[in-house]
Amino acid sequence: MAADGTYAIELKGISKAFGPVQANKDINIAVPRGTIHGIIGENGAGKSTLMSILYGFYKADAGQIFIGGKLTPIPDSQSAIRAGIGMVFQHFKLVQNFTVLENVILGAEDGPLLNTSLAKARQVLESLSRDYELDVDPDALIEDLSVGHQQRVEILKALYRQADILILDEPTGVLTPAEADHLFRILKGLKEQGKTIILITHKLREIMEATDNVSVMRRGTMVATVKTAETSPEQLAELMVGRKVLLEVEKKPARPGDVVLRVEDLRVRDEHKVERLKGVSFEIRAGEILGIAGVAGNGQSELLAALGGMMRATGKVTLKGQDLPLSGRGSDGQSRRRAGIAHVPEDRHHYGLILDFTAWENVAFGYFNAPEYQKNALFMDNKALRQDTARKMQKYDVRPPLPDLAAKNFSGGNQQKIVVAREMEQNPDLLLVGQPTRGVDIGAIEFIHNQIVALRDAGKAVLLVSVELDEIMSLSDRIAVMFDGRIMGFRDPDRTDERELGLMMAGMAGHGEAA
Amino acid sequence: MDRLPRWADVVLVPFVSLLLAALISALVLLSIGQSPVQAFNVMVDGALGSAYGWGYTLYYTTSFIFTGLAVTMAFHAGLFNIGGEGQAQLGGLGVALVCLALPWPHWTLALVAATLGAALFGAAWAAIPAWLQAKRGSHIVITTIMFNYIAAALLVYLLVDVLRPAGQMDPASARFPAGANLPSLNEIPGLNLIFTKGVPANVTLFLALAMAVVVWAILWQTRLGYQIRAFGKSEPAARYAGINPVYIIMVSMLMSGALAGMMSINNVMGEAERLLQNSSEGAGFIGIAVALMGRNHPVGVVLAALLFGFLYQGGAELGLWTSIPIEMRIVVQGLVILFTGALDMMVRMMLTRIFGLFRSQKLGAA
Repeated sequence: MAADGTYAIELKGISKAFGPVQANKDINIAVPRGTIHGIIGENGAGKSTLMSILYGFYKADAGQIFIGGKLTPIPDSQSAIRAGIGMVFQHFKLVQNFTVLENVILGAEDGPLLNTSLAKARQVLESLSRDYELDVDPDALIEDLSVGHQQRVEILKALYRQADILILDEPTGVLTPAEADHLFRILKGLKEQGKTIILITHKLREIMEATDNVSVMRRGTMVATVKTAETSPEQLAELMVGRKVLLEVEKKPARPGDVVLRVEDLRVRDEHKVERLKGVSFEIRAGEILGIAGVAGNGQSELLAALGGMMRATGKVTLKGQDLPLSGRGSDGQSRRRAGIAHVPEDRHHYGLILDFTAWENVAFGYFNAPEYQKNALFMDNKALRQDTARKMQKYDVRPPLPDLAAKNFSGGNQQKIVVAREMEQNPDLLLVGQPTRGVDIGAIEFIHNQIVALRDAGKAVLLVSVELDEIMSLSDRIAVMFDGRIMGFRDPDRTDERELGLMMAGMAGHGEAA
Repeated sequence: MDRLPRWADVVLVPFVSLLLAALISALVLLSIGQSPVQAFNVMVDGALGSAYGWGYTLYYTTSFIFTGLAVTMAFHAGLFNIGGEGQAQLGGLGVALVCLALPWPHWTLALVAATLGAALFGAAWAAIPAWLQAKRGSHIVITTIMFNYIAAALLVYLLVDVLRPAGQMDPASARFPAGANLPSLNEIPGLNLIFTKGVPANVTLFLALAMAVVVWAILWQTRLGYQIRAFGKSEPAARYAGINPVYIIMVSMLMSGALAGMMSINNVMGEAERLLQNSSEGAGFIGIAVALMGRNHPVGVVLAALLFGFLYQGGAELGLWTSIPIEMRIVVQGLVILFTGALDMMVRMMLTRIFGLFRSQKLGAA
């Protein structure tokens, strides 16, 4: 490719171990100036470790970093900023009740008096906004901005610190498709101005759309760096996983039976008395997957929480003709499980697992009252539980298959498999699934998707909530789009497209008509 | 990221913490012109050098096992019960009321009844903060601390105005009937060959050890314990699983209060044989350090209680046999609590770093 000095960043022989785990093994990468470079890999492949080394959070055990051809040690994030590296994290680091301007200068004030730096920052901000289509009001409070705008503030922060190299970690996880498109336009604009961008993502589509080159990581090593134009999603997936992967879910047409779940005018208020679910009605039949599409935070979580017995609600919900209490007695998670509802929660770390518990203790989670887990009236049968866990681990290919290992020591995909195994093996009438493949590697995604379809084919009802539109499109038999606590409409996945769904997710189309 | 091997976590961390506490104690002793070696000898000799010394050490140990278990039980539900002191004092009231109620024919009957009384009163005193936490979200740390003061004031009132027999000068209850006197270790056949002189350690020690087993079984072998631990680790996850938070907070705090209350069997019934003011003598607070040092596991609690029993008895001996001021004993105990409890993380991080260095050297050599 290009001669020395035209690389914005060059990493040579970077290695980093955490105890016995080799997170990065002899990584070499060269990013030409003025390009968008994708880094893709499964969870735990070492992408984040590598970027943390580049941003000075970790110290590499071995290897060198060259910035603009010059050997540049980066012992801390201050030196990274000085070297012209800016980082946009997955979780924004903004002060909610500060204005955009205040957030941008935070940590980069010129002196004890704010007025001068604020005035200077305003000028810089205005010209930056003009140049890169960032259009953010400098005086707006962060808490009033949409997620997409907040992300742009993060980008502005990096640019204000004169970053030449911008690293974005999973930037589209929280964005609507339209917002993501806008982000990529901004990134292209930055590239044209000579900035170098590193894009970390697990979404193959984004890599194909936005990058010039792409590096693939697998188990701590850099397996390939290729020109994006000369590769395909299938090839990248194979490089990531190390074997051929089916990207599309194979499933037979649904054969819906009787109505299993009927939801009428379901409303939920959060602890601040704000209505999050504003009258939602739908039904799911046996042998059917209803997918709920929507940008995170539009009421999907509350829908799952209300049906799963985690949040009080009003309205009317019937399961196989039986009324489900929505508040007070009989509305807790235990009653829901007894009624035949299993729940794979959206956030497995927060809800689905106790990370400090062993795998077998987690397999009993929610089902600790099950008769088969009791030795007698007093004691639990921990031995039976271990055996049951070993059996489920084998069936769901959880690795390593050790029931006594703490949940936190499994990879994300294997943690999710433990949750999925626990819930699906209860043979529920209705399965609630939230973000089934969030932070899960491609191999496990394929497996989990097949399990969900298998449950449907066994005549069960499935409510699927996901912010991944691809996942909704390929798994669902019917799609409901949620926006602002309401269902904007139902669509047949074969007769709609991402553009239409994207508009509905932004609250701009749809309403009412059923598919 | 890097983690310690289990043996280092369980053995090495407390050991290093103790060593650091001993080191600083030695420096303090040197600075006031005393010999740390002599002080250490006096403590070991006085607390562990004779059956008589052990008789005192084990007496303190018994109290600390109860209060340590009380903190442990609540801790696993994610609740920090600072109210062991007050719950123990109320437990003492329960013991006194039971013992004074009947002319007990035999100590075994009295022990069973007094255990119930102590547990009931201790639990009742924990019930109010627990209810406020479960229903109103009032922080249990704050309320249990306040309830310690209320307990102390309540007992002063009861001992001065209600329980004090007419004509008695000090604020204390009447002496318990002889049938309610628990045998000391020197009065138990078999053990009396070892403990030849009268010692305060009594049969309550065995009750304490039995309670350690019971607490272990509840926490790790029953559904209730499973729910308590799950709730303590993650409240949102417990809600997902359908674990009732009010039930868990109430039950775990009631058990915690009952354990703290049972401590009073040891000192009120087993030693003083009447209810005195401030009967618990700070053992409720020591229980926090014991539980922290014992990693909130009953086995660890028993071992840590033994250590603190040694410190208590050894410290008392310091006051008797040396010119070291009595306050030094509190300094030493304070340093042990500081290092094993509060500064535990510091030692842990230090050791983790050292272990990490060793590991990377090994990797480099390989």
